[in-house]
Amino acid sequence: MSALLSVSELVKEFHMKAPRGVRRQKRVVQAVSGVSFEVARGETLGLVGESGSGKTTVGRCVLRLIEPTSGEVLFGGRNLADIDFDEMRQLRRKMQIVFQDPYASLDPKMTVGASIAEPLVVQGVEGNHDEKVVSLLELVGLSADHARRFPHEFSGGQRQRIGVARALALDPELIVLDEPVSALDVSIQAGVVNLFADLQQRLGMSYIFIAHDLSVVRHIADRVAVMYLGKIMEIGDAETVYQKPSHPYTKALMSAVPVPNPRVERGRSRITLEGEVPSPVNPPSGCRFRTRCWKATDLCSTQEPRLELRPSGQMSACHHPEV
Amino acid sequence: MKEKVLEVRDLRVTFNTPLGPLAAVRGVDLDVYGGEMVAVVGESGSGKSVSFLAAMGLLPRTATVEGSVVLQGEQLVGAAPKKLRSVRGRLMSMIFQDPLSALNPVHKIGAQISEMLRAHQSMSEKAALARAVDLLEIVGIPQPGDRAQQYPHEFSGGMRQRVVIAMAIANSPKLLIADEPTTALDVTVQAQILEVIQRVQAQFGTAVVLITHDLGVVARVCERVNVMYAGRVVERANIMDVFDQPTHPYTRGLLASLPQTGVERLVPINGFPPNMLKPPSGCAFRPRCTHATDACGASLPELQPVGDSMSACIRAREVMAKA
Repeated sequence: MSALLSVSELVKEFHMKAPRGVRRQKRVVQAVSGVSFEVARGETLGLVGESGSGKTTVGRCVLRLIEPTSGEVLFGGRNLADIDFDEMRQLRRKMQIVFQDPYASLDPKMTVGASIAEPLVVQGVEGNHDEKVVSLLELVGLSADHARRFPHEFSGGQRQRIGVARALALDPELIVLDEPVSALDVSIQAGVVNLFADLQQRLGMSYIFIAHDLSVVRHIADRVAVMYLGKIMEIGDAETVYQKPSHPYTKALMSAVPVPNPRVERGRSRITLEGEVPSPVNPPSGCRFRTRCWKATDLCSTQEPRLELRPSGQMSACHHPEV
Repeated sequence: MKEKVLEVRDLRVTFNTPLGPLAAVRGVDLDVYGGEMVAVVGESGSGKSVSFLAAMGLLPRTATVEGSVVLQGEQLVGAAPKKLRSVRGRLMSMIFQDPLSALNPVHKIGAQISEMLRAHQSMSEKAALARAVDLLEIVGIPQPGDRAQQYPHEFSGGMRQRVVIAMAIANSPKLLIADEPTTALDVTVQAQILEVIQRVQAQFGTAVVLITHDLGVVARVCERVNVMYAGRVVERANIMDVFDQPTHPYTRGLLASLPQTGVERLVPINGFPPNMLKPPSGCAFRPRCTHATDACGASLPELQPVGDSMSACIRAREVMAKA
């Protein structure tokens, strides 16, 4: 398998407006601080982490919906930073996104058919759009007559399917799924998760699946990257990372997720982390997780650990790995 | 048997909407016993929050509340506003998903907790503030003396939820209603807040009603479970029974939708929840149920014993035998 997407040393800084007052100070938030990973063709990479970990920013930078501050994003071998507006526009056919909120991501005044056909219009695709819309609707488990209706006539799960149909319109090679099922009830969520799996099997595209729900990511991802304060703490084969976490943060995160089975849940040992995620404006020196880590030593505050290959196959950035 | 703290009988809540009367709660029976942690689970629109807002007398005037809610011998449905004010915060408290909206942004935390104390007990300002600091310590806020002098915006999300819990337990109520208390929090912080709630329950003997959609959280902390669907309790059972041998097809469907270790393909529930402006006749789950027969549409099924559980499915035994 060749890498469809290759990201190296991606950095994104946001400049915050200086607060009014006596001590005016410009503040810079580094939402993503040097992130590298690859996504192979037909693969699903799960991106997990708590709020403020930078997972959504990574997704947006990959699509160049926001400009990275530095670093390299290679898509099919092309460096996205080098290409101009027109070429980027061409390339956008190949990379799409599905958003979290199925209510906000559809124009309430456009019919569903028009929303799904819009990417085709924007990209100047020739041919009969109506037929394409019908086939897309059927592909995501809706029917042809839904094309004439408006978003408010649909439930959350159906709207998310419409968003998926729109993302599929241009036959993309990569889809960024940014918390695509978080807004849905579990009984509905299961159907949408199955849809993603089926579509990938049929069409062979790659996914970056961004979510805070670790059990959904485990279910759908081939590989998973665990982020904390703008950095990847651990990355590797999903089952390995879940079963044999190497980074203490991964281990704590896994143990914090409640398992919906009282016999398992009540029998397992749990690590409760102290405190909360520190502010990305002023992240801790050295390892960013050290302020909450039970294994932290002086080394952790002075030297930043690099991602290293571990015996069980994953990479983790820790001076005192679990495995 | 432990003392019964709360007894809800045939609770009905109807909202007057421009489209006609909407029956959000349609005959709920529920008991809460002293010192227990009981779950009310269900998806959006199942009536789980509305039931308890009604019990607290917190619904707007567009809502009609009928039935009976008895808290420690006092009837709350139709009670005078003055009586409800004296009950709320003293005998029962409620905490919500968003702690920021429960706190006044322009008053110090310590003053807000003191106000809660002085509203129900005759106490000097000084004594109340001292007690407020104690309470902050109980819920695990470091340097409670200093923190009491700060404003809500100076607290993180998890710390705000702790403050709200401190306020809720200030007058040692018999009953704490926690409505999705950890839904807005990251998993590592969720684990902390669940521990705080458990500690409060053990230390003060407070009964806790945990309203949630997260079956993992239920599996971690609850002893008994009420499953709600379309404004009714459809299953009531002990924690182990709900997960080991669910009696209602809806409960079974919920569990099958969850991504779990070793599950290759999720099984969603077909269709979507009913429109409560015109709910289906008989069992409201009937249109989505694979076990439905004509008899299911004939009348509204009541909870009846099935094994050690209570189930509102007339075919519970056949459903369980088939699985």
